[in-house]
Amino acid sequence: MDSFGQQWKKTISVLSILSVAIIVMFFVSLNTGLTKIPPLEVVKTIFGSGDEGTKMVLFDFRLPRMVLALLVGAGISLAGAILQGVSQNALADPGILGINAGAGFAVVLFMFFSQGTGFAIGALSIFSLPFTALGGAFVAALLIYVIAWKNGVTPVRLILVGIGINSAFGAAMLVFQLMMEPNDFTKALVWLSGTIWGTNWTFVLALLPWLLIFTPIAFYKGRVLDVLNLGDPMAIGLGSHVERERRILLIIAVALAGACVSVGGGITFLGLVAPHLAKRIVGAKHARMLPVTVLLGAFLLLTADTLGRVVLAPAELPVGLVVSVLGAPYFIYLLMRTR
Amino acid sequence: MSIHEKGKAKHVTEKHDEKYKVETKPFAAWLILTLGTIGLFLIIASSIAFGAADIQLSTVWQGVFQFDSSNPAHQIIRELRLPRALAAALIGAALAVSGTIMQAMTRNPLASPSIMGVTAGASFLMAIAYAALPGLHYSGLMIFSFAGAGLGAALVFGITAASKGGMSPVKLALAGTAITTLLSSLSTAIGIRFDVAKDISFWYAGGVAGVQSTSVLYLLLPVAIGILLAIFLSRSLTVLSLGEDVAKGLGQNTGRTKLLGTIAVLLLTGAAVSIAGMIGFVGLVIPHITRFLVGLDYRWIIPCSAVLGGILLVVADIAGRMINAPFETPVGAVTALIGVPFFLYLARNEGRNI
Repeated sequence: MDSFGQQWKKTISVLSILSVAIIVMFFVSLNTGLTKIPPLEVVKTIFGSGDEGTKMVLFDFRLPRMVLALLVGAGISLAGAILQGVSQNALADPGILGINAGAGFAVVLFMFFSQGTGFAIGALSIFSLPFTALGGAFVAALLIYVIAWKNGVTPVRLILVGIGINSAFGAAMLVFQLMMEPNDFTKALVWLSGTIWGTNWTFVLALLPWLLIFTPIAFYKGRVLDVLNLGDPMAIGLGSHVERERRILLIIAVALAGACVSVGGGITFLGLVAPHLAKRIVGAKHARMLPVTVLLGAFLLLTADTLGRVVLAPAELPVGLVVSVLGAPYFIYLLMRTR
Repeated sequence: MSIHEKGKAKHVTEKHDEKYKVETKPFAAWLILTLGTIGLFLIIASSIAFGAADIQLSTVWQGVFQFDSSNPAHQIIRELRLPRALAAALIGAALAVSGTIMQAMTRNPLASPSIMGVTAGASFLMAIAYAALPGLHYSGLMIFSFAGAGLGAALVFGITAASKGGMSPVKLALAGTAITTLLSSLSTAIGIRFDVAKDISFWYAGGVAGVQSTSVLYLLLPVAIGILLAIFLSRSLTVLSLGEDVAKGLGQNTGRTKLLGTIAVLLLTGAAVSIAGMIGFVGLVIPHITRFLVGLDYRWIIPCSAVLGGILLVVADIAGRMINAPFETPVGAVTALIGVPFFLYLARNEGRNI
């Protein structure tokens, strides 16, 4: 029991370190960019005594973007952790499986059919975007599951079919993108490479409910993931409805990934890296691992977004690119270690 | 190796030759080579005839063989349509043969230039060339493309070879996906930083539209060398496709075969990518279809896959022009839509059947 308590202590200290890191990163991120705002000024502005210019930059541009980075990072990482648990495959990631691509295709279709109707700009469109992306994500997940089904689903088939679905949606996206007006084309392209710039509070409000609903459910299901980790026969023996639980968890993961993709665009490898690092730090038990994954994912995406603003300044790199460049080597490292 | 062992090896070789007699269908192969070549020419002719300005097939014949520079239709044929059709045929053949060699060498049914990171590597170095040396001549770009193809292949093969448990179809596919994501992210970053993103994406999705007659000439040389090299290697490739141990047992210098095979793959893929950008799945699908049609002897598979690959890409290019006329759908998207169902079929078998 002593070691149990110790592990929880460790988890709590990791969580607090991560929270501090996020706050520090928050101020660093606020301070980078064309207009620099010193930390003291930030605190003053938040408590309502800053000047108008700072207020506008802070509340209308910087803050929504950073909050969104935190939310998307948390959501995608959590989705990745669940997918890895459900598929029993250490290399599962919503970007590598075709789930992001499915959501992306739905969003491109949405942009294509709503262009020029005026609907594309309004807040209503922003709120319906997560639903559209979600539809696409579910279609992709369903396709992968059905095509990979052959007296059950093996992890290998799941991943290979996912890669195929990924390229199918990629090709279909390209076809529709090229039929768009040049303006919308650029918008779609930027969005597809994973971006959170040009966002406002509406996007945050559109994403927040999804996270508030599904994160607690995911945490609650952590025990089920632990049982699934023991392998199907053992899980059934322990009285778990394996197939049903697996489907519920899949739905949670797809919902999280779809909602995040709808506002954050295609971000690959984050859903892979964050859970792995979390597992390394606090062990494989999901009750401890999932919260760490969430904070770590939020921290990583905020850092990547800040880096994207600094590396090629004054040009900005879409955050998805930064994550890919940093995450791919880690993925390769994992690939070389697994049998 | 002592003389005694050599004699033994020779003895074993003869025995193995009987044991490993591979299944071939020479009749089907001859049929594909003759009818396929005729078909390829007909399809090239219809590709030339098809387009915004309607051109009769008879005019195509005259435009190619009795060129009259005062005739605008002949001008269109010579300057626009003929280079485009020829480039499509050459690139299709190059990608198909490249995929065939890769599948024979790795004994991996998922091996193909686009899945294994070769295409992404070539595009990455092309992006660097666009950024660092703007206005570089086409032949210079091509060299970058060759080097990039080598880089991509080396990375993917290096990773899978160095990993625990060795090469498996899944590992190659995953390593290819990771390297492709990494390199294309870097390419996009370079594009954004140096303001050449538009050039890069135009070329990347451009396919064979706007190919000039001079680039067809540049394309011809490496593709011809690559295919001839592949035909020269075809016997060794057949043996190698039975497995490395068998090939060694039969006294083959597998290292040499692999080296020459890799050179052929780099020449073929590099040349194709430098002109047409990203065209996936030709190198995956055609080798499988060809093996199904003509059996497992690579002396037949390689020339037949070249012909079939050429046909596929010219047809895909025509389809790309028809789907959403007057706009062009990238030929890479068309081949992906054809190729993905096939890939899914292979995936369902976990990449086991070759």
